[in-house]
Amino acid sequence: MSYLLRRIVFYIFTAWAAITINFFIPRLIPGDPVQALIAKEQGQLSTDAVHSLYVLFGLDKQQPLWQQYIDYLGQLTHGDLGLSFTFFPTPVSEVISSSLPWTLALVGVTTVVSFMVGTGMGVLAGWRRGSWVDLVLPVTTFLSSVPYFWFGLIMIELLAGPNSFFPSSGGYDPGVTPGFDIGFIASAVQHSLLPALTILISSMSGWILSMRNMMVTVSSEDYITVAHAKGLSDRRVMLSYAARNALLPNVSGFALSLGLIVGGTLLVEIVFSYPGVGFQLFQAVGAKDYPLMQGIFLIITLSVLAANFIADLAYLVLDPRTRKEG
Amino acid sequence: MAISTVDLQAAAGAPAPSPKPAKRQKFRFISNGKTMTGLIILGFYVLLAIFGPMLAPYDPDARGSDLIAAPSSAHWFGTTHLGQDIFSQVLAGARGVVYVGLLAGLVATALAVIIGVSSGYLANTGGEALSALSNVFLVIPALPLIIIVASILPSVSNTTIGLVIGLTSWAWGARVLRAQTLSLRGRDYVDAARATGESTWRIIFFELLPNLTAIIASSFVGTVIFAVLSEITLAFIGVSDPTDWNWGTILFWAQSQQALAQGAWWWFVPAGLAIAVLGTALSLLNFGIDEIVNPRLRSSGRIKGKSVRMRIGFTPVLGKDNR
Repeated sequence: MSYLLRRIVFYIFTAWAAITINFFIPRLIPGDPVQALIAKEQGQLSTDAVHSLYVLFGLDKQQPLWQQYIDYLGQLTHGDLGLSFTFFPTPVSEVISSSLPWTLALVGVTTVVSFMVGTGMGVLAGWRRGSWVDLVLPVTTFLSSVPYFWFGLIMIELLAGPNSFFPSSGGYDPGVTPGFDIGFIASAVQHSLLPALTILISSMSGWILSMRNMMVTVSSEDYITVAHAKGLSDRRVMLSYAARNALLPNVSGFALSLGLIVGGTLLVEIVFSYPGVGFQLFQAVGAKDYPLMQGIFLIITLSVLAANFIADLAYLVLDPRTRKEG
Repeated sequence: MAISTVDLQAAAGAPAPSPKPAKRQKFRFISNGKTMTGLIILGFYVLLAIFGPMLAPYDPDARGSDLIAAPSSAHWFGTTHLGQDIFSQVLAGARGVVYVGLLAGLVATALAVIIGVSSGYLANTGGEALSALSNVFLVIPALPLIIIVASILPSVSNTTIGLVIGLTSWAWGARVLRAQTLSLRGRDYVDAARATGESTWRIIFFELLPNLTAIIASSFVGTVIFAVLSEITLAFIGVSDPTDWNWGTILFWAQSQQALAQGAWWWFVPAGLAIAVLGTALSLLNFGIDEIVNPRLRSSGRIKGKSVRMRIGFTPVLGKDNR
């Protein structure tokens, strides 16, 4: 089996596993969560909502478990994720599709940019080891230990205010109607600057550190010494010899830690009340909106899988060994 | 998030460079400055976790008459919208944070060792299946999964949160340990042990595990960092032990009471700094472990001029800019 085919099989398997986990989580919880929820809502739930809750939690005793599972898979193929409670009776899929573009734009762009900039800075920090660039280490260590959302709060405190250029919350000006015109896009970009900066600064430091360490490890290899001996320019040795080899583990590290990064960046949306999936997950947790929470989990997982696949393709281009083998 | 080089190399399937047979020295890692700093800060936090709730000058739940007051001699970190003392809340919160971090770290590391080492050592379909399992858990975003499981549970305590985090975050450690076990399994000394008829269990416990100590320690510290951040995040979005304070709960109230809009910086700055310093201490510890495993990373006592390296069999070469 070729490398690519093996990866595709793996992703299909993982997607199936995520769907199955999603199916079983509400069914493994002890007790009767529906009754607790009804008591909590004090009769504010309609009978339809109560019924869909029972179906969701697998407490619909009329059907055997495997039948429920097959029904669930059948629903998913139609893109049916159930009905949201908070926005009852809007389907979950509709709620998510209104917020997903915001998250894809913000988290997608910042994750890629932070990886590229961080790796670039890591190359320099590793190559110029022992100079003032080493000062970057304590700073990045500190920044990578700070929770993203807390850093967002500090950014709002410092940079946003009534008279500031940066708005402190929302995705666009209330006065602008969403659409593909200059006014809306400018407003959306202006609102996304501060959250983007927050994610960039706090997620970049991890890449700087790991790339620096890989550069340090690689730069004592024999082929680097040989490259110097050949009289190649320092810049050429750094970029084409050291950085190119140091990059590979960082790219596979990028693919592996995507799930972790996305989880952290989603929380920045909460702080900025950014109309994306993370903010919606926050609202869903507050309102105990289980169908919406599960739908969001499934969408996030599938997006991370897709991003992982793209990272694999990049690895295929960067590392010739993966193309030769198999 | 920081990824240590050991992890990256091992994750990429490359054998990590083994430490050089130096003069045997006990407690070598303590002489490392980074490890020492990390351990001292960590010790301070553990003391805070044990004695913090007793030291708190006020009951963290008690309401007072000073509402949203700035830091003063009576209230070192100011007060909340109910007049609660934030300094006491931060002190009382240390215990929950340290407890959940350690519990999750222990559970996750135990799982990672069991799954990682057995999937690396058993070269059959069982090993492959375990490896596939850890890859699946690695790709599924852990934080949203933790949020969903923790918010569906009918009641949350610090113990359940620690267990949920531990049970979902072992995959990274398992992957790194598997890669390293795979590389150790082919070494001569393991072959020799097998040839002399040592049992599989003896090989795993007495031949392999001692050589994996540094990686196990590094994955434990990494998991604790992740667990602390996850727990704070959970509390920040409102999923936490209702009977206990933790730093995320403080931030939750600060956010929901619009502390920012009221200019009450003292409400969220101390708790966040406490988290950041704890995280930094753990990262320093991990760098120290990294430098033991990979001596090239040591930044102290390095040679001046980056491209001069005296090594046997090689003529030292001067880089262009050193001439």
